[in-house]
Amino acid sequence: MNTWQRFNNSYFFYSFKRDPVAIASFTIFIFLVGISFLAPVVAPFNPYDTSTIDIMDSELPPNWMEEGDDRFILGTDIQGRDLLSTMLYGLRTSVIIGIGAVLFQAFLGIIVGLTAGYLGGKIDAFLMRIADIQFSIPYLIVAIIASAVFQIAFGVDRFEALALPLLVIIIGISEWPKYARTVRASVLGERNKEYVEAARVIGLNRRLIMYRHILPNTMTPVLVISTIQVAQAVMSEAALSFLGLGMPITKPSLGSLINAGFEYVFSGSWWITLFPGILLVLFTLVIILFGDWLRDVMNPKLYKG
Amino acid sequence: MVGHLLEVKDLEVKFALRFGDLTAIDGISFILDKKEKLGLVGESGAGKSVTGFSIINLISKPGYISGGSVTLDGVKLNDLTDSEMREIRGNKISMIFQDPMMTLNPVLTIATQMTETVHAHRNVSKNDAMDIALDKLKKVYIPSPEKRLFQYPHECSGGMRQRIVVAIALLTNPALIIADEPTTALDVTIQAGITDLLSELCETDDMGLILITHDLAVVSQVTEKIAVMYAGKIIETGLTEDIIKNPRHPYTQGLIGSIPGTQEMGKRLTQIKGMMPTLTDIPKGCAFHPRCDIGEQICRETTPLLESVDGEKRLIACHIAGV
Repeated sequence: MNTWQRFNNSYFFYSFKRDPVAIASFTIFIFLVGISFLAPVVAPFNPYDTSTIDIMDSELPPNWMEEGDDRFILGTDIQGRDLLSTMLYGLRTSVIIGIGAVLFQAFLGIIVGLTAGYLGGKIDAFLMRIADIQFSIPYLIVAIIASAVFQIAFGVDRFEALALPLLVIIIGISEWPKYARTVRASVLGERNKEYVEAARVIGLNRRLIMYRHILPNTMTPVLVISTIQVAQAVMSEAALSFLGLGMPITKPSLGSLINAGFEYVFSGSWWITLFPGILLVLFTLVIILFGDWLRDVMNPKLYKG
Repeated sequence: MVGHLLEVKDLEVKFALRFGDLTAIDGISFILDKKEKLGLVGESGAGKSVTGFSIINLISKPGYISGGSVTLDGVKLNDLTDSEMREIRGNKISMIFQDPMMTLNPVLTIATQMTETVHAHRNVSKNDAMDIALDKLKKVYIPSPEKRLFQYPHECSGGMRQRIVVAIALLTNPALIIADEPTTALDVTIQAGITDLLSELCETDDMGLILITHDLAVVSQVTEKIAVMYAGKIIETGLTEDIIKNPRHPYTQGLIGSIPGTQEMGKRLTQIKGMMPTLTDIPKGCAFHPRCDIGEQICRETTPLLESVDGEKRLIACHIAGV
């Protein structure tokens, strides 16, 4: 039986096929990620290319409105960039930051959680207290301090180039305790099982037992919280950008687009904020709905129930 | 030194608890030769499993070995460092556990789990490791082993899994296998298969076997020697046949008397009254005296020592029956 057949016959795929919400949210998710990464191909304009931007086009409404221009389906922003193209590029930035931050969180959290859970004792207490402390500091404060320090250290110009990895690190650092706690809890449950004892009896070393035997058995909850965490990270990024601590307006993410448009809402240009906002809500919503379904499927208590 | 495969001498295991140390194993000694099979028998809590784990020096905290020695092939295991001990575990001594549902890692294929063990102890290529794994699966009579290798544990039945566990134990051609209740979780027909397999393998592969069980029937089929444990001590040891036919210690008599089939038809089975004392309050003197029918004053005061009767092979720890 090859992998595809195995997957095709699995309970996992079966329950996916039977759940319209899961199918819809997964399809929309894949579609959004797809078009955002294909933005250079599908987007009508390149918002990063200043030569195509004409200031005379600024603040044009969507094309179905009276003053609209047929070139700009969803209108233009204050700098005359095509809003649809900018949103696609912005979504790409948001997705990269969201997934990057989650990978970084998971990397830190899994190492800490696994070490703490398996070794136990003082190491456990020490690592988990660090996690508690980390959790009690709001990420906004971390972000404000970090970006302030970076802007002073590297200068504002360099900051624009470094904003993306910086956001990944800030969001990653502020959320890793979630992974550490989840992994630790599962490790505590797994480490006293007999297969771990058997692995020790075989004479495997500690590292191999931790990473090869225990870790894969704790992956289910990690996978489930990962989906929620991606949505969380995208929203955190949007919030930071909205506050002006995230992506610069020259390389907008969804959050910085919302922020840029917000100033012009009262002068009538509602579309600059509204459309990126809808996209952000849609994107996080489908991730959360998909994660919700994943949690139901992977929960052994609900399994086949 | 020469000749004996395993020599356990005055082994003592304690558990450090909040209110003080608890003696789980109280000075037990036994000897095992190559090809020899020893049955370690006793009720739950007698210290059988702890004995098994203390041989490979893997007692989980707060337990620790507080005295005595374990010698394997002339090497004193107590003195070894952690990494030296890891070389022994799974390599020279293998262990088989009670529940085959639990001892295999559910997320790794059988091939992965088997080759991993080989790689941990032998410097061989991936293909060679696979060949060794396949060879051992054949040895434990697994049908279509090539197919089984790439399956996950949940795709095999209970008996099959226990065979795989035995195969994993055999991977490195160990000198000694400790089987901790290997048949308890299996049904009777499969039990017979596994016990036959184990005793056959001891013959063909020159291995020693320690069979830890509470099931005297299993022990009598497989082993040559029996050591009966009670409250952390060996109270009777000797050749299997002698002990089954002519138990001397009142506890052993009680154990054997409680097996259906050894009594006359229509009679009630004898049973040992009371319960095994918990380790926190082992009675003074002979630990068995509150449950013993033939106990006298001396049993309440002094602990009987393991002394030989009927020649060298038979040892009993009893004031009354030992004389």
